[in-house]
Amino acid sequence: MELAATAAKAVFIVAFILAIVPMLVLGERKVSGWIQDRHGPNRVGPGGLLQPLADGIKFLAKEVLAPKSVDRKLYFAAPALLLVPALMSGAIIPWSKPIPADSFIGNLLSAENWSPDGIPFQLARIDVGVLYFLAIVSLGVYGVILAGWASNNKYTLLGGLRASAQVISYELSLGLSILAVLLMAGTLQVDKIVEQQAGAGWFIFYQPVAWFLFSVTALAETNRAPFDLAECEQELVGGYHTEYSGMTFATFFLAEYGNMAMSSALNVSLFLGGWTLFGLEEMIPWYLTFLIFIGKVLLFLFVFLWVRWTFPRFRFDQLMRLGWKMALPLALGNVIVTAGAIALHEMWSAPLWPVMAAGQLALIGAVVLTSVLNARADAQRSQA
Amino acid sequence: MSAWIMAAFMLTAAAGAVMVILYRNPVYSALSLVLTMFALSAIYVMMGAYFIAVAQALVYAGAIVVLFLFVIMLLNLRNQQALKESFGLRAAVGALLGALFIGVAGGTMWAVLSPDQFSKSAEVFKDEGHTESLARLLFKNNLVPFEAVSLILLAALIGVVVLIRFHGRPSSDNSEESNDA
Repeated sequence: MELAATAAKAVFIVAFILAIVPMLVLGERKVSGWIQDRHGPNRVGPGGLLQPLADGIKFLAKEVLAPKSVDRKLYFAAPALLLVPALMSGAIIPWSKPIPADSFIGNLLSAENWSPDGIPFQLARIDVGVLYFLAIVSLGVYGVILAGWASNNKYTLLGGLRASAQVISYELSLGLSILAVLLMAGTLQVDKIVEQQAGAGWFIFYQPVAWFLFSVTALAETNRAPFDLAECEQELVGGYHTEYSGMTFATFFLAEYGNMAMSSALNVSLFLGGWTLFGLEEMIPWYLTFLIFIGKVLLFLFVFLWVRWTFPRFRFDQLMRLGWKMALPLALGNVIVTAGAIALHEMWSAPLWPVMAAGQLALIGAVVLTSVLNARADAQRSQA
Repeated sequence: MSAWIMAAFMLTAAAGAVMVILYRNPVYSALSLVLTMFALSAIYVMMGAYFIAVAQALVYAGAIVVLFLFVIMLLNLRNQQALKESFGLRAAVGALLGALFIGVAGGTMWAVLSPDQFSKSAEVFKDEGHTESLARLLFKNNLVPFEAVSLILLAALIGVVVLIRFHGRPSSDNSEESNDA
């Protein structure tokens, strides 16, 4: 029965991603319409709600047209290489508190025989949890690079190169911002990190700098605006997926929105307490904690959409300066501050929160000061 | 059962390594390298070394081979025939050295490792989790050598930068401004 539970969880993750993507696409169009003071799609179904269905049928019915000059093997492998990591990364997310063994689902799977404490609603409770997520997500860039290369088109190639440079640059800051949380939690397992936050408070209150860095670098890792230089229409036609059509093009869409959903889910699990809500989770059944988790994820997804229609796209040199000269020093400094505060706390039992907050304030001040000085020096050099 | 799966991954790793040198298209070679890295990662998982498995995927497949691909695409090699090498003296010496290496490495492993070595290594990590025991080894028992190795790597990195900056370009003073323009 344990195998059945695992299979059911795997099916759930794939189904969740495939179901949330059409809703996100509709949401994106609605939010963009709202922000730009227009209606958005409102013709198919009540209020345009059936638009994703119509889009799906259109994508499936469209001819998949591959240009003659492409490298056919990699051209068709690339969208899959992008989608599969997006689907795999959900394996370590704890979606709710463990499903009790005496509940309906627990009885159905006769859980008291193999897991009397309840079935964890998490596909893989592995020792290296968060690192698995990072490893899987970092593979998605192959899809982008290979799509750009296999299309045999200079615009797609430029898009792929931009994407790989960007992902490699921001991966470091992403990893370091997570490291600050791992230092506080003392474990790599996502379910244990969530349980700790239920008792000690959400990590966003201790690690606002890390949370901000994680959110920004997650935008960059998922190639979302304002970091979507890989598909910059004004310069690159359509970017790395210019030569794709029909369902192969839709696969890129699926992967992009799936990645957004999964990085939001990790963000919620690491910084916003996952399925916990200030002690309320003790009193309510497991499916309500699942709803709490989904609600937090949807909140983040809305921020993703909001950011896209609010901020203009970066220039490439700005992107690299932000990644290497702002985000990376800030993330490194934050790790040092966090480690120092924890060391002071453990050796001389200094209060954890004030020390960490003071250190982070000093850090933000230092980074702002150096960036102002740098900008002034740049301005003087360009005048001279 | 698990021995057969392990053997399949080992064969995949070896096949990927052979494909790296057989493909004439450098992009395909790099992707074969990714295949090898993944097969190695899977072998580590089967041995219970989850942290090393994930680090293998994260560092090699996720970052280093991506950089390889990046460079291959920047160079944009048009004439792939130029990469073809005829079977000459160099290839013969290479084959000889390769055979020698396989002989020495295989012989050493045959002498040192016993068949139940793999299951043993998995049992070591069972009690406290692999990540924790590895961290204890690296940051407690072997802290000084570990940090020394990182310094050596850093020195090598700086050495490369110095070599490029001062031997590649005759006038290193102007390079700063030409980058900004």
